[in-house]
Amino acid sequence: MDAIILQILNGLDKGSAYALIALGLTLIFGTLGVVNFAHGALFMIGAFCAVTMQRILTLSYETIDATKTDFLGNALKVKTPYVESWFGPEMGASIIDWAVPLAILFSIPIMLLVGYVMERGLIKHFYKRPHADQILVTFGLAIVLQELIKHYYGANPIPTGAPDAFKGSFDFGTLLGFDPNTVIYPYWRMVYFAFAAVIIGAVFAFLQFTTFGMVVRAGMADRETVGLLGINIDKRFTIMFGLAAAVAGLAGVMYAPINSPNYHMGMDFLVLSFVVVVVGGMGSLPGAVLAGFMLGILESFASMNWIKDIVPGIDQIIIYLVAIIILLTRPRGLMGRKGVMED
Amino acid sequence: MLGLSKKDTKFLFIVIALTAATPILLQPFPEGSAMSQFNAGYPDLMQRFAIFGIFAIGFNILFGLTGYLSFGHAAFLGVGSYSAVWMFKLLSMNVLPGIILAIIVSGLFALVIGYVSLRRSGIYFSILTLAFAQMSFNLAYSVLTPITNGETGLQVTLNDPRILGQQVAANGNVPPTNFFGLEMGSSLKIPVGGWEFTFNAGYYFCAVIAILAFYLSLRIFRSPFGLMLRAIKTNQTRLNYTGLNSRPYTLAAFVISGMYAGLAGGLLASMDPLAGAERMQWTASGEVVLMTILGGVGTMMGPILGAGFIKYFENIFSKINENVLHQWFSFLPDGLEGFVIWVAEHFVGSGWHLTSGVLFMMVVIFLPGGLVEGGQRIGKKLKRKKSDGDGDDAEHHPKQSPHVAE
Amino acid sequence: MSNSNLTRRGVLKSGAVAGAGVALPTIFTASSAAAYTNEPMGGSVTLGFNVPQTGPYADEGADELRAYQLAVEHLNGEGDGGMMNTFSSKALKGNGILGKKVEFVTGDTQTKSDAARASAKSMIEKDGAVMITGGSSSGVAIAVQGLCQEAGVIFMAGLTHSNDTTGKDKKANGFRHFFNAYMSGAALAPVLAARYGTDRKAYHLTADYTWGWTQEESIVASTEALGWETVNTVKTPLAATDFSSYITPVLQTDADVLVLNHYGGNMVNSLTNAVQFGLREKQVNGRDFEIVVPLFSRLMARGAGENIKGILGSTNWHWSLTDEGTQAFVKSFGTKYGFPPSQAAHTTYCQTLLYADACERAGTFNPCGVGEALEGFEFDGLGNGKTTYRAEDHQCFKDVLVVRGKENPTSEFDLLEVVEVTPAAQVTYDPDHPMFTGGALGECNAG
Repeated sequence: MDAIILQILNGLDKGSAYALIALGLTLIFGTLGVVNFAHGALFMIGAFCAVTMQRILTLSYETIDATKTDFLGNALKVKTPYVESWFGPEMGASIIDWAVPLAILFSIPIMLLVGYVMERGLIKHFYKRPHADQILVTFGLAIVLQELIKHYYGANPIPTGAPDAFKGSFDFGTLLGFDPNTVIYPYWRMVYFAFAAVIIGAVFAFLQFTTFGMVVRAGMADRETVGLLGINIDKRFTIMFGLAAAVAGLAGVMYAPINSPNYHMGMDFLVLSFVVVVVGGMGSLPGAVLAGFMLGILESFASMNWIKDIVPGIDQIIIYLVAIIILLTRPRGLMGRKGVMED
Repeated sequence: MLGLSKKDTKFLFIVIALTAATPILLQPFPEGSAMSQFNAGYPDLMQRFAIFGIFAIGFNILFGLTGYLSFGHAAFLGVGSYSAVWMFKLLSMNVLPGIILAIIVSGLFALVIGYVSLRRSGIYFSILTLAFAQMSFNLAYSVLTPITNGETGLQVTLNDPRILGQQVAANGNVPPTNFFGLEMGSSLKIPVGGWEFTFNAGYYFCAVIAILAFYLSLRIFRSPFGLMLRAIKTNQTRLNYTGLNSRPYTLAAFVISGMYAGLAGGLLASMDPLAGAERMQWTASGEVVLMTILGGVGTMMGPILGAGFIKYFENIFSKINENVLHQWFSFLPDGLEGFVIWVAEHFVGSGWHLTSGVLFMMVVIFLPGGLVEGGQRIGKKLKRKKSDGDGDDAEHHPKQSPHVAE
Repeated sequence: MSNSNLTRRGVLKSGAVAGAGVALPTIFTASSAAAYTNEPMGGSVTLGFNVPQTGPYADEGADELRAYQLAVEHLNGEGDGGMMNTFSSKALKGNGILGKKVEFVTGDTQTKSDAARASAKSMIEKDGAVMITGGSSSGVAIAVQGLCQEAGVIFMAGLTHSNDTTGKDKKANGFRHFFNAYMSGAALAPVLAARYGTDRKAYHLTADYTWGWTQEESIVASTEALGWETVNTVKTPLAATDFSSYITPVLQTDADVLVLNHYGGNMVNSLTNAVQFGLREKQVNGRDFEIVVPLFSRLMARGAGENIKGILGSTNWHWSLTDEGTQAFVKSFGTKYGFPPSQAAHTTYCQTLLYADACERAGTFNPCGVGEALEGFEFDGLGNGKTTYRAEDHQCFKDVLVVRGKENPTSEFDLLEVVEVTPAAQVTYDPDHPMFTGGALGECNAG
């Protein structure tokens, strides 16, 4: 029982990341009709916003400590971050410690800007082009973005820890009457889940309850008619693209402490997030979220030992297997509409 | 002639001539010159041009004619490679049984996957094929290791039975792959002036098969069957209303293109008897999609151009390192040399991915119909004004004409 | 750097043309012209450095390339000579190899066996490389080793840790300086037993491919021999990024040691996740829970940040060693690049020197001659103490380092501290040890 509770938590956590990325992809696809292969790269850029924030905060000056030597036998250069000399060592250290949460503020304008530039500079010209062209150009863009990151940050993962306050884990088990230390969950992962829930809720509320959202939803349903009504739908779509980029970016920033960011993390998520979107049903926002959490949980269950003993290698293929089964039983995924991306 | 119109026959003969002359066309620069880095006339790369040309031609039969975008075609290539290597291990190092088995097995594989996947269309079809291919890759890499040898890739060893052929060659090694005694690795090298041309048996073997594959696809494109496939692409619903069941046609196209992929996989293994699981990864499937779009979807020549383009960048640009750059730009004054090298470094060696990403974007932005359209535009311009067009290209694309050779 | 005709072929060509005349083509096939594949004819010899330049191991590949360039400089008599001065064999004179200037070509393995072979083939067919070296994974090493055997050139393996490279997939033309999974187990187990006790219960997480399996097998065997119990061994998919669903089941067992048979990105993520789930603070049966990472790479360990502190593992070499070979190498490398070399850089530098030295001693570049010179070769002064290239399987036998993540690093490079230097005798095994059987070297192939 405790094992199952833990795997559900793991699944919700993985599912949060899938759902956030899939949500952004669906927003872009639903509003603009563009298949965005660069969406994984946006997630990656988000994570590197956290890395950059950490780099900025740890910008250092060097002092020479003659008592110690470096690897060549010269006097050791000790680096002291500027923030530590400005705010005192303790205050400075805790500012650096909070790099990831601070990066959230820093990443929102950056991701909106990246999204805006991408849409105005490139995607805009591809609305009327075949999906194959959209895939090629955004895939090319994804490679370019990822190679630029690789050039400045290297290929190795970069540790980007959560603040000390969120290290360690919470003992769920004692609340539910299990032995201590059997059902525990890391604080930061719970923060990630809560964060994802808030973002998903905010996006839905925004689309549901604001006039802007209403127009966008109308545009998703019938772009031409909305245009005929004299509403500048293009401008709103640009904003939607920025928003989708920001959602992907935020998913990335918060993910950085869970797994050290590297330049190809976007590509790792890309295929998976497309599977999630399609299983949810092209163009359906609730579908994307539902599929994200569902696949996350199934993936976690499949990695349980007794299941692996019955079906060896099931954890390797579970996501794809489920995708096949769902697409064969429900023609347009869980919540897809007829006629979207079917030709 | 050969059941082709006059225009197509001419086209076919041009392709044959260019293919035969590839070892010469791909060596435009003398050996030892600074530009010889751009030469691509060595056996392995020429073989790859032909093999991936076949792969892309086959993919185009499905995607170009029916519009069904398969994102899992690499699985068939991988299955073909594994079948061929198993034949080398069990039967003999003759490539023929290996290639035949590769085509048969990948055809059966395609039949099963196609039968299931073609129940859906559009992106749902793409994701189904992707899911099948990724499952094959993941399993081949781990659980199926006894059959696939996992990460290392399936190789021929001295202990293999090879019941019809030699188990161990006279020199104590695994015998080389051959076609009834003609070793795939043997080459004829002819130095002419400062140049050296390599005429490789394996390449010509691949080239003959590639031309046959090209001819077959030309016939398919021009046949009533091909017309039917185009009708499916144009409007499947309307076709269904006329009382026609389109599924058998699409399935046939899917299986044919799967067999092309299997043939390519079998040839890859014949030229180099190793089958690695990465051949089936989604990136490999994506690569053939890129090749086709880059060259020009639905055109005869496009996919082949696209295949040559991508393989060229992968193999040539990744090998240019700082030393080579220093040689090239040593004539510049020091400061400028450093700057030029600093810029160029981003795009070659470990930066070759960046170059290919930028080029994908450029092609799709400026040449919506792919390289074929680019060629047509240049052709038109040349007709109008002869002396235009060789300014900036000469340095960066010394390979353009050789690509056409494929 | 000279800018004249640099490749062997270029020189060959001018010679051939001068001799035969332009109009009359000389016809020859690859096998009959030279005594062996790519015999260097002119004043230079070309080596092929095949390293990952793209993909997750690109940084490791870049470090290997730096070491290769340094080695070439030293062989050609430039720079300070590095470990050539401390190397016990004095055959190398700093005038290239056998008087020929050393040139090199580079390629990208992409850490894929297919791409690595394509790249190696182009070096052999196009650039006339007479030796191929490099790589950052066992799959690639074994695939390229097979190719070199077929093509008739020498392969000097780079970073490859699987038992199979010199076990079931060993080849007469292939040589490995790096240590292997068996040696990791043999070196690590006594240290683990001494520090953590002999009655521990271990839980293994293993990357689900060949290398992971051989490492798991080795560690299980050597720890069980000392009294440990193996609670479970779980395979994790190579593509996994989040290991949480593999870590949580550990909480439900009575295991008190977690062994992570992962490398590279997998290792960084699984270790980070394990620490997130509080395994470092966990107590089982009144004892501290411990995590072990049998194969440590300093470059990669950086990605796990402070999570590696106090964690035991093994490594082929570390820059903080104090023997004169290591010091010479670190000085040479550090002066040129500004940071200390990684173990990948060290092994590739050694392999280049060892190859060059074998050519000098054999008096030829012929792979069979070079192979014979390397077989059974005993040397010292390359940073690992006394080392032997065993003739039976072309594996180097030398001391293995047991290391631990450092608690108070003084710099970003100072991540590991050497806990123990396990003597070579303790990690030596029989050539027909069951973990290494199933293959044969075969005959050396000169093309």
